Amino acid sequence: MNALNSLLDGFGTALTPLNLLWAAVGVLLGTAIGVLPGIGPAMAVALLLPVTYGLDPTGAFIMFAGIYYGAMFGGSTTSILLNTPGESAAVVAAMEGNPMAKSGRGAQALAAAAVGHFAGGMVGTLLLVALAPTVADLAVDIGAPDYFAIMVLAFIAVTSVLGSSRIRGLASLLIGLTIGLIGLDQMTGQQRLTFGSLHLADGVDVVIVAVGLFAIGEALWVAAHLRRRPPEPIPVGRPWLGRADLRRTWKSWARGPLIGFPFGAIPAGGAEIPTFLSYVTEKRLSKHKDEWGKGAIEGVAGPESAASASAAGTLVSMLTLGLPTTAVAAVMLAAFQQYGIQPGPLLFEREPDLVWGLIASLFVGMVLLLALNLPLAPLWAKLLRVPRPYLYAGIMFFAAVGAYAVGGEVIDLVLLLVIGLIGFGMRRYGLPVLPAVIGVILGPAAEQQLRRALQISDGSVTGLVNTPFSVTVYAVVVLLLAWPLLRRALPHRTATPAGTPETAGESESRTPSDRGV
Amino acid sequence: MTTPSTPAPEQTGPVPPATPRTARSWLRDHSELGVGALLLALGVLVLTDALTMDVDITQRGPVGPKTVPVVVGIGLLLVATLLAVDVLRGGRGQAEAGEDVDLGEPADWRTVLLLSGVFLGSAVLIEPLGFPAAGALLFWGAAYTLGSRRVDRDPLIAAVLSLAAYALFDKLLGVPLPGGPLMGVL
Repeated sequence: MNALNSLLDGFGTALTPLNLLWAAVGVLLGTAIGVLPGIGPAMAVALLLPVTYGLDPTGAFIMFAGIYYGAMFGGSTTSILLNTPGESAAVVAAMEGNPMAKSGRGAQALAAAAVGHFAGGMVGTLLLVALAPTVADLAVDIGAPDYFAIMVLAFIAVTSVLGSSRIRGLASLLIGLTIGLIGLDQMTGQQRLTFGSLHLADGVDVVIVAVGLFAIGEALWVAAHLRRRPPEPIPVGRPWLGRADLRRTWKSWARGPLIGFPFGAIPAGGAEIPTFLSYVTEKRLSKHKDEWGKGAIEGVAGPESAASASAAGTLVSMLTLGLPTTAVAAVMLAAFQQYGIQPGPLLFEREPDLVWGLIASLFVGMVLLLALNLPLAPLWAKLLRVPRPYLYAGIMFFAAVGAYAVGGEVIDLVLLLVIGLIGFGMRRYGLPVLPAVIGVILGPAAEQQLRRALQISDGSVTGLVNTPFSVTVYAVVVLLLAWPLLRRALPHRTATPAGTPETAGESESRTPSDRGV
Repeated sequence: MTTPSTPAPEQTGPVPPATPRTARSWLRDHSELGVGALLLALGVLVLTDALTMDVDITQRGPVGPKTVPVVVGIGLLLVATLLAVDVLRGGRGQAEAGEDVDLGEPADWRTVLLLSGVFLGSAVLIEPLGFPAAGALLFWGAAYTLGSRRVDRDPLIAAVLSLAAYALFDKLLGVPLPGGPLMGVL
């Protein structure tokens, strides 16, 4: 009952007019950003990090959470109407949603997606309420070795589960760790990689790194390859669902969160794998197998529900352990750091107003999303026609505002461009951006925990593995590292599905389902 | 069954980069080796910096400020080597796809350079001109570089956007931005 009471208090926080306003701003901005091609939720939250200088933490996180959920919905709108998904989470929405839109059932596809997001988000957030306090309680007396183990897990997970190449993931992580080293050593004040520059002695602000990699890097990358004729969106009316559609979709909506939530909570690439798994499951269970590939509504409903539930799962790990499992969570973690708040088991004790206000606002945001998005869908579709020069000029503009707001120094803008060029190069050569961002955000913290742990054990490496928790986490790490070898030993399938990179968790869970077909 | 239940054959995922089979030169085809070289240089830099650190006085506890940079530096050297080996064996990093990204066309370096130039130029102008003016120039310049040629509309949008952002940050959020001579007049 404790969680319930706290949640009620949270609603007290979330339903104040000002926080309600931030939630509304968040979901509207998030949806718009999700719809706009080229801007993902991570870039959006990164571009908005500067508001943390002026806003109280509760308001800021309510807005960020609204953006996260809103962008998920907006991304699927783009996929359905344009068939060129920008976010990996929205890839699956295009597979059935776009054929539906082409055959004049775009309104139903959007409705199935919107209700799916609502259902998935609701169930996911309820699970968050039920689980998060328990996880936080279990983890409440974890110490430096455990924190270090969690961070190692985050590093290994983002480099080896995501993307197609471990070497490139690792390269990206090391670039991030290197950027994180710049500045004064937190424990001794020793200058590292500063080359005598006073400005670098303060370190590179994480806002500049996130905005540079996500926003400037993306804008430059698109500029190099700008499609001269943007694809034409399919016009669409107000979303609605008929009785027959409802009968087909409600089970898919209900199944989605079961797949999405657990995958969101573990570092396995956010919504990409669960949406795909949900797609496969729905296809197998569907009574209308002939429609698949031509616009089966279950193929939109299930995955979209899974996507939103995975966002809730992501928040569980982020809030209770301080473990970011997606790019958005990583940037939100950076926002916590801006406020000097350390997400983790103690967060629920130290900042109950903030956490429960944030969780309650997720429910509020979901209702707002459903209420706003059904009538506004035709308007969102118009956003797809925004001239691309304005879009990317706007991204550069807001990136500059954000970086300048950090300290009011022009040199920060130069640094931003340099990091943007690194982001450009990473996109060109297939180095994933997320490991670098995680490296910058968690690197310095990981080093501190490592040194603290070794200080306690007086330099003995056993000090890193002297708790059951850390041993468990390292076991998971070893499993992740050994996975390619294990997979070779197991019987496996030959082809990988179009558009989804072969990843460990995915093939693990998909193998049995494919046997049956 | 050799073909599993893969989703619709329609291309929804990242389109593979169009690497021309008749590569003009070996170097061009192996340009990714440059990434390895950069990582190698970065590793040497990090290691040099770490090993030239003077830590005798400041060190507290068994692990000083040197350890982690040394690990990161060695990691960079290792990854640089592994990447080079991977590239030489035919591995290629896949260029990132996106809604507005057309990988079928060769990269447009001119636009990238111009865009970077516009960005740097505006950055330098923030202090003398103030944020509203420099920001407007940044937006207009970037839009122009990216191919927008509406001389009537573009500057107007740029000015409105820049003033709105200035008002939002400087007045509403309390993040000070320089107004410049222009805001002194208004």
